[in-house]
Amino acid sequence: MSETTQQPILRVRGLKTSFRTDRGTVTAVDDVNFDVFPGETIGIVGESGCGKTVTSKTIMRLLPERNSIIDPSSEILFDNLNLATAPETEMRKVRGDRIAMIFQEPMTSLNPVFTIGWQLDEALKYHTKLDKKGRRDRAVEMLRLVEIPNPEQRYKEYPHQLSGGMRQRVMIAIALCCEPDILIADEPTTALDVTIQAQILALMADLKERLGTSILLITHDLGVVAQVCDRVIVMYAGRIIEQAPVSDLFKRPQHPYTKALLESIPKAGKRSEDGRLPTIKGIVPSLFELPKGCRFQDRCPFKEQKCVDIEPDLTAHAFDDRPVRCHFPRNQEVDLTTGATG
Amino acid sequence: MWSYILRRLLYNIPVYLGIILLVMLALRVNDPVTAFLGKNATQEQYDAIKADFGLDRPFYEQYASTVWNIVTLDFSARSWEQKRPVGELITTAVPATTMITVPALMITAAISIMIGLICSFYRGRVADKTLMLLAVLGMSVSFLVYIIVGQYFGGYRLGQEAGLVPFDIEGYDVRLSTLTFWASSPIEAVQTWLQYCGLPVLISVIVAMGYDTRFYRAVMVEETGRDYITTARAKGAGSRKIMFVHMLKNAMIPIITRVMISLPFLIVGSILLEVFFSIPGMGRALITAINAKDFPVVEYMSALFAAVVILTVILTDVLYAVVDPRVRLS
Repeated sequence: MSETTQQPILRVRGLKTSFRTDRGTVTAVDDVNFDVFPGETIGIVGESGCGKTVTSKTIMRLLPERNSIIDPSSEILFDNLNLATAPETEMRKVRGDRIAMIFQEPMTSLNPVFTIGWQLDEALKYHTKLDKKGRRDRAVEMLRLVEIPNPEQRYKEYPHQLSGGMRQRVMIAIALCCEPDILIADEPTTALDVTIQAQILALMADLKERLGTSILLITHDLGVVAQVCDRVIVMYAGRIIEQAPVSDLFKRPQHPYTKALLESIPKAGKRSEDGRLPTIKGIVPSLFELPKGCRFQDRCPFKEQKCVDIEPDLTAHAFDDRPVRCHFPRNQEVDLTTGATG
Repeated sequence: MWSYILRRLLYNIPVYLGIILLVMLALRVNDPVTAFLGKNATQEQYDAIKADFGLDRPFYEQYASTVWNIVTLDFSARSWEQKRPVGELITTAVPATTMITVPALMITAAISIMIGLICSFYRGRVADKTLMLLAVLGMSVSFLVYIIVGQYFGGYRLGQEAGLVPFDIEGYDVRLSTLTFWASSPIEAVQTWLQYCGLPVLISVIVAMGYDTRFYRAVMVEETGRDYITTARAKGAGSRKIMFVHMLKNAMIPIITRVMISLPFLIVGSILLEVFFSIPGMGRALITAINAKDFPVVEYMSALFAAVVILTVILTDVLYAVVDPRVRLS
């Protein structure tokens, strides 16, 4: 990776998103910083409610204005534009053209009453100067690119005539038809069965190579991350707690949460002593009642008084240059075949 | 599709025969001749009328002949009261009724779908809250209050104070029921229509708006939460495109249901409005016939209404398949 020499295509700085609720304002994502470089795949992982989807929807500005607040000090720098504060008209030019997005639920993400062709055509109409014929050709070409058999026929069909995997392929075709710089994929394979998952991931990896698109992959599946990502961001309770190249993270997780996550991946042929799958004890703290110190303290086996008093910063520690949000980061290798620390 | 329609029509034949049977039985629970003549009639009068109306025949014969007349579209049975064929009564009343109901339905649907969209888009904000408050207020006021206030201001004060030509609150120009009038002098026709029908149309729009707006808002709010809306936004679609193309087409099923349910009432109209504004329409004809125990009129009008309801229901199902590709007629 030549990341150091390249300019990041997207810089996220101090991202903070809150929601107005009946119980008061709650901050779902706080002080999130990361860069996306051209052509790389970044994974954002974490449990449900950790803020990974909110982060991605904030970048796209897809959260309902009615109840969400993007803190005005947040910066989402993309192509001389701060997406956190850009006017809606500017955002519409970015969405679907420069940054595209696919979602978790292929079954409901397509509009049921319009044909596949119409929905591809719509995106092309917004962002290209192609005429009707040109858009049709491009749409069919995209369907062929995402390996949909019989694309001319499928072009005329409605979403309900396609399977879940096919629909996700159509979503990818729509997202990539204007050749975006960044593709945000929010749990794109969660709703699909395992063989289809593998196909979709392979397709995304292949298209990334061909089109040079950066991918921001939101997932809770570490297996998926290991398969396709270059770098990983681990989030917990609205904060980034660790950021690392994928092999480093899997080999030497530094945050106790990351380590626990890795240990709870089921391993083929291996059992822990009690025969159960290791889990992380406890639950994610409510965003309404966050503790004063480290947000992971209640579930952390290495908790000390300092963790209760002071929230750690996301900083690199002496033994490594990787940022981690922990006072007492681990520095041990994890044997991924057994899940035990060595 | 045609075989589907044919099948549905066949299924509905027993239903339709049942409706006619029920109506005829209900009208014969009490002796219709006594009801029509009153208690002071002599036996000779009674027998004469009974024979004249064909009520001396056995019931199955009366039923069979009524059904046969309806099937052969023979509406020549005479009104007891007016001594005119029922068909003539209906063909003069229906156009007058539709002069009010058709524009009222179109205006109400167009405006309330629009307001529903706007409210769902600005959900929870001042525009939404204000419009919904107005809708509830509008629903809470009695139909009669609108008629009285409307007639007072539209028919009386408007001319007195503003010096404008007031609405006519009584009567109807029969030329409005003829196509030649609309074709030969359309401007005069529109003016005449406004003069006689403007106010009742306005009132029925106001009365229906509250309910319809709230209904369409609920439909649209449901659509705004759908995943495909997020996808459309992620593609770069603007709010207008999302509302009027993506959401509206998905909302067509509830919209069609709502509009089609009110279709049969287009020919029956509003009894209250027609009575208060002296519009010689179906609503008034029906209530007059019921009051006068004019049974043939009631029977044939009920039969006509039932037929329209059945046809509308079938048409509604066909329309579902037209607007939603997931619906298959089978």
